[in-house]
Amino acid sequence: MMSCDFDRAALAAYLDGESSPEQSAAAQQHLRTCTECAAEIAAMVRLRRQTRAAGSRFKPTADFRRKVQAQVVSRRPGFPAMRFATAAALSLAALILVIVWARQDATQADTFREVADLHVSDLASANPYDVVSSDRHTVKPWFQGRIPFAFNLPEFAGTEFVLLGGRIVSLHQQPAAQVIVGVGQHKISVLVAQESVLRTVFPLSHGVVVRDSFNVETWANHGLRFFVIGDADKAEVQKLALALSNANQ
Amino acid sequence: MDRAFFEQLAMPLFDQLYNHACWLTGDRADAKDLVQEAYAKALKGFGGFKEGTNMRAWMFRILRNTFLTSRSGLAAKNTDFLEDEDARPGELISHDATPEQILLRTESEQAVFAALESLPVAYREIILLCEAEEMSYREIAEVLDVPIGTVMSRLSRARAGLRAALGADLKQEVR
Repeated sequence: MMSCDFDRAALAAYLDGESSPEQSAAAQQHLRTCTECAAEIAAMVRLRRQTRAAGSRFKPTADFRRKVQAQVVSRRPGFPAMRFATAAALSLAALILVIVWARQDATQADTFREVADLHVSDLASANPYDVVSSDRHTVKPWFQGRIPFAFNLPEFAGTEFVLLGGRIVSLHQQPAAQVIVGVGQHKISVLVAQESVLRTVFPLSHGVVVRDSFNVETWANHGLRFFVIGDADKAEVQKLALALSNANQ
Repeated sequence: MDRAFFEQLAMPLFDQLYNHACWLTGDRADAKDLVQEAYAKALKGFGGFKEGTNMRAWMFRILRNTFLTSRSGLAAKNTDFLEDEDARPGELISHDATPEQILLRTESEQAVFAALESLPVAYREIILLCEAEEMSYREIAEVLDVPIGTVMSRLSRARAGLRAALGADLKQEVR
């Protein structure tokens, strides 16, 4: 059934963000040419997405939480009542802060993985584009009417970037435009969606940051949220982000 | 020992730990006992917790060890955890699902949950730690108290097992 002998464990480690830069490069190189492994990684992404839902399948009742919390909180006899109340109030406030922060952090990590998964599954797909064109005047109108917003693409002619195509994807249950841009041997994904939905779940990056072995930059402009993500050099991701940002001023 | 500090660090993990306990035990009442006992143990052992180390891995490790000494855990330990490093992956891959079948099966969350439930606890827990809790291999190694190499080999066997379970399910439906 499997005719390709590329190490499946290496593909999994690549998807888990656990491979070294050399191993990642080897996996990416291989995925570009092997349709079998490309289908394989697409299935892995899909399965992982569903498995993630298992993380919130069972929810404790509020009663049970209170019970364990009471068990944990100190109730030493003879402790001055006022001081106890103050301490309890303070620790409750701190707890709420920690919970809110932890929740936000979890959602942010989750959304980022969503973005990274979209990029990886695109690399892996045999037919990654719904519209195949190197002409921004073809790609841009194609999106019109398919997504509830409009955005501009910069001129790629004369730059190191090549426009490869685009497709409609779903990001956080919202329609988003994905544009794929090639630079040398690398592909970079540009994702555009409405900021109103994403503002609370994904922080602005303020420059290129590294997440799960990808370089990513994200910013908001005129109600739209942009993501630029890829394994290309930081400088290239930054340059593409700047060009896009300028085109959408 | 600072109870307020413990509370600050440990209570935000409550939902995740409860969910994980439900998956481990397969029973809500057992899961409650497990979580409660794990918190009691963690509180008692909090003096040994070094600030700055990974609280989440530490708590999951305590939960796991508590499970392994519980009644349902002991039963699982005797069967599921036995010689798990010796199992040959070939046995699992023999009726593996193809990527196309996976795409079909993963349309349904319930099918994936059922496949997860059918796995041995050792496989179920490592998949959940990796995919649901999004832990790094290093964190998982801390929770399971095994080397990273073992995490990688067990994880790949577990994933093959999950796909085999999805594949077997599919074949039953076709028949």
